[in-house]
Amino acid sequence: MAEPPARPLLAVNNLEAWYGESHVLHGVTFDVHPGEVVTLLGRNGVGKTTTLKAIMGIVETRTGSVRFEDRELTVLQSNVIARAGIAFCPEERGIFASLDVRENLLLPPQVRPGGLDLDRIFELFPNLQERLRSQGTKLSGGEQQMLAIARILRTGARLLLLDEPTEGLAPVIIQQIGHTIGTLKAQGFTILLVEQNFRFAATVADRYYVMEHGQIVDHFANDQLKNNMEKLHDYLGV
Amino acid sequence: MIQIFGIPSQALFGQLLLGLINGSFYALLSLGLAVIFGMLNIINFTHGAQYMMGAFCAFLLLKYLGINYWAALVIVPIVIGILGILIERLFLRHVRKLDHLYGLILTFGLALIIEGLFRNYYGSSGQPYSPPPELTGGHNLGFMFLPNYRAWVIGFSLAVCLATWFAIERTRLGSYLRAATENPALVRAFGINVPRMVTLTYGFGVGLAALAGVMAAPIYNVSPQMGSDLIIVVFAVVVIGGMGSIMGAIVTGFMLGIVEGLTKVFFPEASNTVIFAIMIVVLLARPAGLFGRAA
Repeated sequence: MAEPPARPLLAVNNLEAWYGESHVLHGVTFDVHPGEVVTLLGRNGVGKTTTLKAIMGIVETRTGSVRFEDRELTVLQSNVIARAGIAFCPEERGIFASLDVRENLLLPPQVRPGGLDLDRIFELFPNLQERLRSQGTKLSGGEQQMLAIARILRTGARLLLLDEPTEGLAPVIIQQIGHTIGTLKAQGFTILLVEQNFRFAATVADRYYVMEHGQIVDHFANDQLKNNMEKLHDYLGV
Repeated sequence: MIQIFGIPSQALFGQLLLGLINGSFYALLSLGLAVIFGMLNIINFTHGAQYMMGAFCAFLLLKYLGINYWAALVIVPIVIGILGILIERLFLRHVRKLDHLYGLILTFGLALIIEGLFRNYYGSSGQPYSPPPELTGGHNLGFMFLPNYRAWVIGFSLAVCLATWFAIERTRLGSYLRAATENPALVRAFGINVPRMVTLTYGFGVGLAALAGVMAAPIYNVSPQMGSDLIIVVFAVVVIGGMGSIMGAIVTGFMLGIVEGLTKVFFPEASNTVIFAIMIVVLLARPAGLFGRAA
C-alpha cells in the first residue's frame, strides 16, 4: 500500500461525545486521507455510529477537534457541516416513507459541483430506475440501502460516511455494495466506513481503526490484516 | 316552490351554502394547524387568536390607514405571519422537543392573553367590516340566491387549500417539509436548514389563519372571541382528518361544513354537536383519523 499523503482530509482529535448524561466517546483520534477507504471496526455499542454522528454534528454535545479540509467542524451545525462537503448514510438507512424513490433520491441538495448525475447513479444501481414512483419504504432492504447510498452521491460531497451499509443484507447484495464502494473509490471519493463485518471491510478498506469503550484501541493497514487476525477476533468477539 | 325531501330548495341550498362557507374556514384553519402539527409537533391553540388577529388587522388597516380588503388579503397574512415567527422564535422553539402538553398549554395561554388584550381595547361586541364593493350583491340561481362575496370565499379558499396541498405534496420544498416531519436530524445532516424551515412553516400556518380571518371579517363581526368560538370545531376537524394530514384537513374541513349545514336543515338540535359525534365515531373506528397514517 502506498504511504498516504501527509495532509489528512479528515482529522479527528480527542473527540468526546455525550447523549444527555451518558458519556459515549472518550477521546477518539484518527485521520482519513484523500481517496482512502478507512473502516472503523468494533463490537456493538463501542461508539462507532456515535463517532460518525459526532463528526456530522447530529450528536451536538461534543468536545475535541474534527477538522475537514483544515476547517474545524465541532463549532458548526450539522446542515453547515454537510454543506462543507461531507455526506452521511445512516445505519437505519433513513428512507422517508412519505417520499417516493425519486423524491428520496433528489432530497439532499447539491453542496458542491461534481456529484454523480442520475444516469450515472442508475448505472450503479439499475434497480432504482425501475422503482422511481414506489414509496421509499416499500423497497426491499437491499434496494433501500442502495437508495440511501445513491442519494448522497448526487450531492458532490467528497467524503462519504457510511454506517454499516451491509447490515441485514443478503450476500449477493453485500457483494454489489462492495463493488459500488470500489467504484466510488476509483472515482476519487474518500470513504469512512463503519462495519462489524470485517470480511466485507477487507474487500474495500485501505486501513482499519478498532474501537472499544468509546476509544480507538488499535490501528493497522489492509496489508497487515492477516497478521492481526487473532487480535481482531478478540476485539470483535468472533 | 320547489321542495326536496319536503324542505324548500331555498332553505336547503341556503344551509348548504352556509355549510360550504363554514367549511371553507374550517379547511383553511385546519390546514394551517395540520401544517404546524406535522412540522413542529405542536398543537397550536393560538391558531384561533391568530385568525381573530387577521380579521382585526384588516379592520384596523381599513379604519386607520384606508387600506382596502384586496390589499389586506396580501398584507395581513404577512404581518400576522411575522408575528407568528416571533412567537416561534421566542417561545415555541423551547418546548418543541418536550411532551405535546407543554406546547398545548403555552399556546393556550398565549391565546387567552391575545384575546384578553383585544377584548380590553375593543370590547366584546363585534366591529363591522364591509365586503369589497366589487363583491357586493349576488346572483339568483333559480333554486337559491348566491351572494357574490360568499361565492368568492368558497372559491378562493378552495384555491388556497389546493395550492398549499400542491406545494407540500408535489414540489421539492414540500418534500423537504415532509422528510423533516419524519426525521429532522437526518434532513439537517443533508445540508437543509431545518430550524429555519420550521420557523417559516409556522409563519406560513399562522399566515393561513390570518388569511381566513380577513376573509371572515365581512361575513362575521370582527370580535375578540371569533377565534375561540371556532377553534374547538377546527381541532375536531383536524382530528377527524388525521393529525398532520394536509389532504385530510382540506377534505374534512369542507365535508364537515356541509354535514353541519345539512344537519341544520334536517335535525337542527344536533347541528352544534354533529361534528363531535362524528369525531367520536372516527376515533373509535380509525384512531389515526380518516386520512392519517397509523403511528
